[in-house]
Parts: sequence; C-alpha cells; structure tokens
Amino acid sequence: MADSREYTSCLVDDLLVGIPVEAVREVTTGAELTPVPLASPLVGGLLNLRGEIVTAIDLRRCLQVGERPAGQRPVHLILRSDDGCVSLLVDEVGDVLDVADEDIEPAPRTLRGRIRELITGVHKLDGRLLLVLDTDGVLSFSSGELI
Amino acid sequence: MTEMDEILKEFVVESRENLDQLERDLIALESTPSSTDTLGSIFRTVHSIKGAAGLMQLPKLEALAHSGESVLSQLRDGALVINPAIAGGLLALADGMRQMLLHIDRSGGEGDVDCTAIVERLARLQQSSVPGPAAAGTRPDTVDGTRPVQSGIRVNVDLLDKLMNLVGELVLSRNEIVQFSSLQEHSVLLGTSQRLSAITTQLQEGIMKTRMQPIDTVWNKLPRVVRDSAEFCGKRVRLEMEGRDTELDRTLIEAIQDPLTHVVRNCIDHGLETPEQRLAAGKPAEGRLLLRAFHDGGQVTIEVSDDGAGIDVAAIARKAIEGGLLTPEQTRLMSEQDLVNLIFLPGLSTASKVTSMSGRGVGMDVVKTNIEQIGGRVTVHSQAGAGTTLRMRIPLTLAIMTALVVTSGDECYAIPQVNVLELVRVDAGEATQRIERIRDVAVYRLRGELLPLVWLHTELGQNGFQRLAADGAANIVILEADGVKFGLVVDEVRDTQEIVIKPLGRHVRAIAMFAGATIMGDGRVVLILDISGLAVKTHLLSNVRERGSVRHDAALEDTIARGEALLLVAGPDEGQMAIPLSQITRLEAFDRSALERVGGREVVQYFGDILPLATIASLLPEHAPRSRTPHGEHDGAVHVLVHTRDDRRVGVIVDRILDTVEHGLEDLRPATRSGVRGSVVIQGRVTEILDLDLICGGLDAPRPVWGQAVAPPELVGAEA
Repeated sequence: MADSREYTSCLVDDLLVGIPVEAVREVTTGAELTPVPLASPLVGGLLNLRGEIVTAIDLRRCLQVGERPAGQRPVHLILRSDDGCVSLLVDEVGDVLDVADEDIEPAPRTLRGRIRELITGVHKLDGRLLLVLDTDGVLSFSSGELI
Repeated sequence: MTEMDEILKEFVVESRENLDQLERDLIALESTPSSTDTLGSIFRTVHSIKGAAGLMQLPKLEALAHSGESVLSQLRDGALVINPAIAGGLLALADGMRQMLLHIDRSGGEGDVDCTAIVERLARLQQSSVPGPAAAGTRPDTVDGTRPVQSGIRVNVDLLDKLMNLVGELVLSRNEIVQFSSLQEHSVLLGTSQRLSAITTQLQEGIMKTRMQPIDTVWNKLPRVVRDSAEFCGKRVRLEMEGRDTELDRTLIEAIQDPLTHVVRNCIDHGLETPEQRLAAGKPAEGRLLLRAFHDGGQVTIEVSDDGAGIDVAAIARKAIEGGLLTPEQTRLMSEQDLVNLIFLPGLSTASKVTSMSGRGVGMDVVKTNIEQIGGRVTVHSQAGAGTTLRMRIPLTLAIMTALVVTSGDECYAIPQVNVLELVRVDAGEATQRIERIRDVAVYRLRGELLPLVWLHTELGQNGFQRLAADGAANIVILEADGVKFGLVVDEVRDTQEIVIKPLGRHVRAIAMFAGATIMGDGRVVLILDISGLAVKTHLLSNVRERGSVRHDAALEDTIARGEALLLVAGPDEGQMAIPLSQITRLEAFDRSALERVGGREVVQYFGDILPLATIASLLPEHAPRSRTPHGEHDGAVHVLVHTRDDRRVGVIVDRILDTVEHGLEDLRPATRSGVRGSVVIQGRVTEILDLDLICGGLDAPRPVWGQAVAPPELVGAEA
C-alpha cells in the first residue's frame, strides 16, 4: 500500500476542506466568541478554552467564500500552534479521511484569490474533492492595526 | 536522575542560600565586630557546608570551607579581630565556594576549579596574627544540632505556576456550578456548592500568597554589591533598608533585581562623593544609601536615595548638547527637573570617566525600560548638594489587577483601576452644557479643568451612534495615563473586579488598544484596555518616534511634575501661546454673522449681555489693533475664550485651539513683552503664557444699560 495521510474533514460553505489530523487538538462547539475591535477581519473573536484565551480565525473569511449565515453557529477546530492554541471557525466537522498520497493533485490554476494560496492540493474522493489546507499559511497573517 | 544526583542538587541549592546568608552576616559583622551571634551564624554556615561537602565526597570544597573555618574560629576566640582584609578574604571564600557549587551543579563534580589561591589567602590571614592559646580544640558549641527549625519547604516554581493555573480553572468551574445549582431547588446541592465556593476562594487566595515574596529576597544581595562598589570607588557607604518584608509577586521580584542593582551601583559610583569631598562639604565622611519599600494603593513603591551631591544638571545639559540630543537653546529653556529627567535618555551617561561598574553602556534608560516592561514607572528627584532619590512604582503582581468593567456596544471592556481617577455621570440636561466642543474635539470641564473627551465606541471602530444611558446621560471615566488626563465616554459603567490578566495570541497582540484579556465569572472573555495605548492612538500622548522631539519624549513626560493646565492656541505670527485654563470660563464658538460692531470694537450678544471681543494680536502691545482681523477659519465659526473678571466677561478671539496640556511653570522664562507671563517650551515649541487678567484689563465693557432689552443670543457653541 502506498503512503497515505489522515485528514480531518470539515465544511466551509460548500467546500470540503482537509486539515492534517496531527495539527488538530480538539473540536468544540458552542463557545461564546468575544469580538476583537480593530483586529484583522480574519479574526472571528476570542474564546475561553478551559481558562486559556484562544484566538478564533474564521476560515470562511480566509478562503473568501462569503459570511456564515446569521444564526448558524460555527464549530471550533482547535489547532496546535507554536504560540498556543488557535481556533479555526468552520461550518461543520466531518470524518477523518485516510487519503493515499498518490491521489493528490495540485490546486487548479483557475482558482483565484487567497484560496489558491491556502490550498496545497486537491484529493479526489468518491464524487467529491477534498481541499488540503495549508494550516501554517492560514495562521500566518499579521495583526490588525499597529498603532 | 539517581537518588545521589537528587541529594547533590538539594545540597547545591541549600548551600547557595547559606552563602547568601553568609555574605549578609559578613557585611553585618564588619559594622558590628563584637556580635557573637553573627559570628556564630557565619561559623555554622561554613561548618555545615564543610560537613556536607565531606559527606558528598567533595574534597576541594571541604578543604576550602575548612580553611575558612580556621580563620573564623580564631575570630571567634578573639585571636583575630575583623578588619577589611579579613572580611575581604572571607568574602573571597564565599565567592570560591559559590564558583565550585556552580561547577558541581553543571557537571556533577568539582572538576578542576582551582581554589588554592583563596586557601592560601586565608592561611596568610591566620599567620598574620598570633594564634590565641585557646585556638585549638574550642569550637562553638552551637555547631551541632541547633540548626534553626525549618518553617518552609522548597517548592518547584513550575509546580506553583501550574497550581495557579489549575486554581484559575477551578474558579471558573465553581462559577458554573454555583450558577447551575442556584437554578435547582435542591438544598443539599445548594449547600454543597456554597461550601465549594468558599473553599475555592480560600484556595485561590492561598495560592496567590505562595507567589508573593518579600523584597528582601532581592535586597539581601545588595549589601555585598554596596560593599564591593564602595571599596572599588574608594567611598564609604552605610546601607539602610526600610520595609524589607514588603511582598511582591515572584515574577516581579526577578524583574527588578537587575535594575535595582544597577541603580544602587550608580548611586555609589556617581551619586555619593568621596570621603574627602564629603568632609569638605560639611557632611559626614560616610555616605548614606537608603532603600525603602512600601505598599501604596495596589502598587509597591521602591525608593533608592543617597545623600550625595545630587545630579549635576549642568553636566547633563552639556552631555545632551555634545551628543546632539538638544540644542543649547533648548537646554536653556528647560527646567531643572526636565534636565534631571534626561538621564533616562539612551546614550546619556554623566559619568565623567567610565568605570568598570557603571558607564558600560547600560544606562538609566535600560532601568527605565525594564521597570516599564513590568508596568511600573520610574521618577527621579535630585537636589544639588543634598542627594538624589529614585522612585520606582510597580504593580503588586503582574497576573492580577483590579479593573473597572465598562461596556461599549454589546461588549464589556476592562480598564485597569490604576488609570482610573474618577467616574462622572453627566445627566442628559447637562450634557450639552458641560461637554463642550472645539471643532470636532470634545472637552469636559471638571472642576475648572478642561479634559479632552474620547468616545470608546469610536476608538474601537464601532459604527453607529454612542448609545446613551436610558435617560440620555453620558458616563465619563476620567483616566490618567503617563501624566495625561482625559475622559473616556462609555455606554455603561458596571463594577470593579479583580481580574486575572491573560496574554493575547499573536494575531491580535499588536493592537495597542488592548493590554490583554481576562475571563469573567460567567466564562466570557473580556478585553483589557491599554490606556496608554488609547492615549497614543487618540494623539493625547505623542508617539516618540513620530515627533522625534526630545522634549516630547513620552519617557520624559512621565516624570514631569504635574503642572498647570494650559490651553494651547495659535498666536499671532504663527507663534504658539498658552493660556491657563483657570483663566478661561468657557469656550464658545459663534457664527461669524453673530458678530456686531459697536463703537469701533467687535461684540457679540451673549446670555443677555454684550461680550466685548478682541483678538490676541490686538491685545498685545507690539501689535497695533487692526480695524478688522480675519479671524477663525473658513467654517464660519469664530472661537472665543470667555474670560471673567470681577463679574464682567470679555471674549478673546483665537484663530485655532491646538491642544490642552498640563505643564509645570516653574521653568518660566521672563516675559519679553507686557501681557505675557513668560515663556516655556511646550511640545518642543517656545510658548508664551498669556495672562488674560493683564491683557483684558482695558477691554472691560461697562455694564450695558440696555442689557434687559437684548434678546437671548443664538448660541452656536454647543452644536455637535
């Protein structure tokens, strides 16, 4: 059997996004978000994760796929990072998928905007495409206003 | 780690503490040579290190301790009397043992650390005196078995931090349970949760206390520093300490160690004079260095003062000019205190000669930076010939602070209580009168002082109008940051709480408006406002790099003594002028069309009265009154400062109101023309201080007999 990798799948709008399982610490829902004025629009807010203050980054805004419908609560995908935990706000979290490396294809050139920079490749699933997310890329934007 | 390693580590840690004690005792012994208690303590320390070293099979350390013990036993028996040479030798012994412990700690063995020089030095000390007859065989009988009873145990700091975090989480869980149980009609659950609540609170307090340490843990290293520095500089110094048991958070204790040591060295090197100079100046030959620490309103103040020559302001000014930091003109206009504050500028050392101790490029600017990093402030006061006092004010703990919770929009924000001066609520009816506007800047008059107002929702970039309280009142939090006072208008003021400060993640850390975040009782995250950051953002505080002017260095402004509140205005000929706010009754803006001319002068109808108007230019003797001055800008409004004198009001027309500042007037230079009190440098510009009492003397209008007939004026001053 060829090499394969496991991805946590999640829905962002109609996109199926895969995040390497080793980057994911946990999944949580229902946490209250405190908005951070003056921050980058990509910052969805701050949440209290068992006493630790975690910055939530809205994957919809990162991928520029439109705002989450009002009333729909995001799911927090808590990632490990060098600087403590970071939460990625997604719409839904699905199964862990095991995908063979040979199935990977580069992102289509016709993809435009930030999404193209943040997708490292595309996996062909049965009837669906899994977009592999560059988690470091998603987390590597700078702070908002620097006054 | 083997059991032996464990024991060895324990030995190293314990011995180091013993050596700290040894040094303290030696310094004490020098000043009171007859104290048998002190000598006994020294002896015990050396003896126990020697014994333990033997047990651990550390022969070199054992030999070293033994050589010291021999000297000590002669001291104890009176065969030797302590003198600087012996004290020096014994301190060298402590250094040697410390060095060896360091090696043991790192490598697990004595290695090839060479201590023969110290052993020989100690041996010479013995030979230099005749051994007393009772030298052999007598040992202090207190050596064995009478170690002080242990009242504490060693706890790993990481463990303590972990406990602290766990307690934090426990508090949050407790809050949830209490909230939940209050909804249930279950008396047992309710009772249990209340008990849980009380115990959790006690536990939290207890854990906090474990992090507190007396400042003496830093201070006890200073006697040695003082002794060595004094010896090096050829000075005589008496060190006094007050408030050694003042407690501080552990992390702060660590943070102040280096700055404090540096300041003490500085005092001895630069502050205190040599014995000869002191005697010539009529002071005792021995200089006095006083350390004081005390709690003061949620903060700890640490003072280091000497009775030396004070800071030579002339020398500082010279250095600043040589270094290109200031022009001679600027230094001439600066007050003595401003010049003293220059020592906090990077690259300014007043040491006439660079010594090995200070003047190594690590200046007072580093001390200041270090203290500011932990949320503290440094001020210095100096009096020529009488000495210098350096005062550091630092927060009790970094992790916990009292904060005022306010709201803006739907969110709560926490304001550090240290920045809050008072809370003011302006009722809807009063708001238009008491909140005045100068163009698009609002000010609030608080007991005769005009304070700039800042709206929190605007600064947070929240859209829409400020939500007023239900009754239309405005809530103003009067704040002070780095010496600047201003009012912050918020939606609601909630309450004050003890909050635990948590750092922000890197994606939001650089936002200057926020100092961190905290978690409230209900688990929500609340941002903590950084009031200095807010002041900079709203241009109340200048950004150092932005203006580049030395006088406007925020670092300096910290330390400027609180002065008089002044309104800065654009004067004639592009000059900057300032008027004491105490002389201004109101600020008004009239529509240009409201101005009328009566008997060759401009007037305006004002609250049923006639307000005579004049421009600053026309009031100053150098400027011939012009028949008509093109005042104000093109917006149709004329800015008028209303001045009241003996019940009569006059209006002074100004082109532009620039700012309100607080500025000391002790450095006032004499006036060059009448009507002006003098000049000072404000925000890097020479500014004349106008005296409205003087210049408006001729403007006093006679009481208008037709006053009653005049219709109330149409005021444009309070429009938004």
